[in-house]
Amino acid sequence: MDYSQFLNMKEELSLMVVIAIVLLYDIIAGDKRKQTMTPVVIALMVFHTAFTLVPSQAYSIFGGMYTHTPMMSIVKAILNLGVIIVFLQADIWLRREDTKIRAGEFYELILCTLLGMYMMIGAGHFLMFYIGLETASIPMAALVAFDKYRHHSAEAGAKYILTAMFSSALLIFGLSLVYGSCGSLYFDDVTYTVFSGGPMAICALVLFISGMGFKLSLVPFHLWTADVYQGAPTNVTSYLSVISKGAAAFAFMTILVKAFPELVDQWQTALYILIVLSITIANLFAIRQQDLKRFMAFSSISQAGYIMLGVIGGNALGMTSLVYYVLVYIVANLAIFGVINIVEQRSGKLEFSDYNGFYQTNPKLTFIITLALFSLGGIPPFAGFFSKFFIFASAVEQGYVWLVFIALLNTIIALYYYLRLVKAMYILPNETPIATFRSDACTRVSLAICLIGIIGFGLVSAIYDCINAYSYGL
Amino acid sequence: MEIQLEYYLVISLVMMACGVYGFLSRRNTLAMLISIELMLNAADINFAAFNRYLFSNYEGHFFAIFGIAIAAAETAVAIAIMINIYRNLKSIQTKDLEEMKH
Repeated sequence: MDYSQFLNMKEELSLMVVIAIVLLYDIIAGDKRKQTMTPVVIALMVFHTAFTLVPSQAYSIFGGMYTHTPMMSIVKAILNLGVIIVFLQADIWLRREDTKIRAGEFYELILCTLLGMYMMIGAGHFLMFYIGLETASIPMAALVAFDKYRHHSAEAGAKYILTAMFSSALLIFGLSLVYGSCGSLYFDDVTYTVFSGGPMAICALVLFISGMGFKLSLVPFHLWTADVYQGAPTNVTSYLSVISKGAAAFAFMTILVKAFPELVDQWQTALYILIVLSITIANLFAIRQQDLKRFMAFSSISQAGYIMLGVIGGNALGMTSLVYYVLVYIVANLAIFGVINIVEQRSGKLEFSDYNGFYQTNPKLTFIITLALFSLGGIPPFAGFFSKFFIFASAVEQGYVWLVFIALLNTIIALYYYLRLVKAMYILPNETPIATFRSDACTRVSLAICLIGIIGFGLVSAIYDCINAYSYGL
Repeated sequence: MEIQLEYYLVISLVMMACGVYGFLSRRNTLAMLISIELMLNAADINFAAFNRYLFSNYEGHFFAIFGIAIAAAETAVAIAIMINIYRNLKSIQTKDLEEMKH
């Protein structure tokens, strides 16, 4: 066997080096030196991201088990950006007395899930994809249950691992039916085998979509989302809501396009229903939430519905707009979670009503959260407007006019509940608002990155063009 | 009498259905875990049977082996979480795990 093939998996290898260094540093460094853990991890991740962005050609290795396209480098770099922001925001939480001793574990588990997502994205074979998916979701369960003495965290962990296992059982049963009808699990072979229309193939597709629906938390597979998002530590929630969702969406799209092009009518119908349900039901539930993390959970379910609008066309424009949407969604959502996290760490408050009168005491944080909400809601000139515009354009190009119309109506509902939070912060009076506080340096840096992203990613068209140059579709 | 492919498929389908039913109806998290194991093993049986009867490559066997290993890893994490819950609550019934329900 030619072992030099491993060298072609350069992103995975460099991430594994990062994991090894972080692990060794965590073991060897004394308690004093562990204070510098965050800068060390961030520096490593920045190097790793720079290495990821080195231009490369498309190729496949191990007989097609692992594939690489320049687009995948871009997606991996976007995920890295999100992980860096999450690490910056987690610094204040990891300095607390009760979590200090476990800080290293947090970094290692997050990086392990990231490695799983890389494998999921780069897979060219269902086995590779399944292993990547599980590498991404098993450590995630440990992260959700990270605050092990807090009841909510343990409860969320149990709910997450049980639903994750249930969904992966459905998924692997679907894959066994794919194998039974094709005799191979390479995406390319699945495509070329006669694989159209038979009941077994449709069963396989349905089970596969429902398994992925759980991971992406689309309605009606969303029931775990709100509880897990509320119970998990805030930094883990932010990671779960953007990065694992973005990676799963891209992998879902590549598999539907590469392995199931024969069944395109069937999966487009299924996605049509899932998108309408996800966007509408999640929006209606988000209106009545009182806990901010639950509110963000339902918001992220509806955003996942919008992301699926890029998948349903299955064309190159859809892939561009999906990746661009994920990029914009990462910075906007992480800005909000950054503020929620710092407020929780400083005052312990998480309810909607606690934010009444937030503008009087912390105007800068209010400003950031407002811009991020505008971006999520899709108000120009912020990046969210452009990402929504492109994703609607890609769906309209495929003829889904009514679907886009429903989605447009739902952006109005979404705007209502996003602006409810803005109203609470600026207008509603409060006897005892959250006290004025100064954020720590790491949080400020992360919020600055998010702010630049919210404004810059929309106005600098070079980013969209760069993504567009490498996209591909059916 | 020759044992045919259909026999294996019926068994795996029954196991899958039992697993789904058990997952939805049981109120003890460990019993739910056992139900999920049934579902995962049903898929593994499918892989092995398809491979043995229909195809000459070994992909199905490989997938079954990896599936077993991954199921073991998942179970290990799930049981660790449940032990933690038991330490906090002295119970692993689902009715004690609904504090966040709205």
